[in-house]
Amino acid sequence: MSKMEITAVIEMREVSIGAMRDISFVVLEDVNWSVAPGEFWTVAGPQYSGKSDFLMLTAGLMAPVKGECKLFGMDTRTFGEAKLTERLHVGLVFAGGQLFNQLTIRENVALPLQYHHDLTPAAAGQAVAALLELLELTPLADLTPTNVSDNWRQRAALARALILKPQVLLLDNPLANLGARHLHWWLRFLDQLSRGHDWCGGGPMTLVVTADDLRPWRNSGRKFALLRDKMFSPLGSWNEIESTNDPVVKELLAVPVELTS
Amino acid sequence: MREKLAKAFTLTDTQIFRRAPLPKSYTDFLGRKLFLFLLTLQGLAAFALITLGVLLRKFQTARNVIRPRIRREIARAGVALVPMFLFVALALGFLVIGQTVSALARVGATGYLGSTMVIAVVRELGPLLAAMLVLARVGTAHVIELGTARALGEVEALEALGIDPVHYLIVPRVIGMAVGVFALTVYLIIGALASGYLFAFLQDVPLTPGDYFKQITEALNWLDFVLLALKTVAFGFFIAIVTCYHGLAQPLRLEDVSRVAVRAVTQGVIVCVLIDALFILLYLVT
Repeated sequence: MSKMEITAVIEMREVSIGAMRDISFVVLEDVNWSVAPGEFWTVAGPQYSGKSDFLMLTAGLMAPVKGECKLFGMDTRTFGEAKLTERLHVGLVFAGGQLFNQLTIRENVALPLQYHHDLTPAAAGQAVAALLELLELTPLADLTPTNVSDNWRQRAALARALILKPQVLLLDNPLANLGARHLHWWLRFLDQLSRGHDWCGGGPMTLVVTADDLRPWRNSGRKFALLRDKMFSPLGSWNEIESTNDPVVKELLAVPVELTS
Repeated sequence: MREKLAKAFTLTDTQIFRRAPLPKSYTDFLGRKLFLFLLTLQGLAAFALITLGVLLRKFQTARNVIRPRIRREIARAGVALVPMFLFVALALGFLVIGQTVSALARVGATGYLGSTMVIAVVRELGPLLAAMLVLARVGTAHVIELGTARALGEVEALEALGIDPVHYLIVPRVIGMAVGVFALTVYLIIGALASGYLFAFLQDVPLTPGDYFKQITEALNWLDFVLLALKTVAFGFFIAIVTCYHGLAQPLRLEDVSRVAVRAVTQGVIVCVLIDALFILLYLVT
């Protein structure tokens, strides 16, 4: 499927989303959402609002309880092995990385490339080394994930998602627990990806990030949405977010609560 | 793949039955146990069929990733256990076979030596002991590894990368264990027969190595070799299926892993005994 034909890379109509651990427990209802190529969405919500489940469904890892979810114009219910090529155009970075603890960082990053192109470690080595260098992971490449800090684990997870050069990148709360230096690096790098990075061919990448704190995304996110009370609500631009009186949005902006004496 | 696995696992959501209040009567209790047994059997059968399907369908897929993993599993379930198996073979020879040989010699029944050795060691003790040792040593490791990977979300990560978890995690373990149990059984039988003779020799049993070897070879026929290979491969395959099924299917929390490991080993022992019984029937029929 060529990029030219696609008007919406992600499209949800009347979608109800079940929890990943128990599909019968509905976390979001009647979600209507459309993401055009190259858009940068920040989907915010308090804890347990269903952010991760929302992202898992978007990635095609689970089917909606109700409604229709499309990726590149194809229903995710039929997103099986026959549509693997299309599915690999979506990269997913889990909250916490979820790297394979038995493998080194280098092996983690190389695995998708080796598996899908049937390459030996040596044949995949050049591309892997280039990406590790780009993400400043080269000195840690031969360590296992348990021997590096959360900051670097998260970055290694980003490398693993980027190795197949996806068109859409989904990131589950990528800034959680990051130090200030890493936080700035992430915001800068995601901004570069969104505008177009050489690694992915120079074209703008479609990005969807979830967050439980909106403040860092002030200058990066272009479109915002809120998950709460089983509802998905588009929030508009940053100016609209700042001017809202919604207590949940204020909480996500960490506006100090006025205490009554 | 997630849907196929989910179907296999939800069909056998034994947690619901395990957590139900205790039934009031013995018949209810037995009924529940029977129901649990049937559900587990159904889940294991579905998982075995899924694994076989993936093994055959993706035999040529990602060879550069899967084959090194298969070699590592063969090393883990086979080569790495050779020292332990040599020790067990010696012990088996000294404790069981040596005494049997000397007892038969005392009553002048050394003519039955070959058939006794073949029935006791080649058909029964060797394969079953090898399977139990591999289950204890490697099967438990499978449950813990896969259970931890599942609890830490590594299985979801594989799916997100478009990698079939059954192909990547289960197929190498199944092949590794089938090959491992077969090879170790052969070493165990040879080691036990040799050390058994050594023990008998030390007890001055009037039997030359040539006679001992001749009796054993005469008691063996081609069917013993065929059924030994089939039985050991079946042991390895089903031990891997039981342990991987429990590791991958059930524990979603780290605290569940140890409980599930105990259950997997228990079921592994039961499965081995059932396979053994099936092969006894085959021996009787043939």
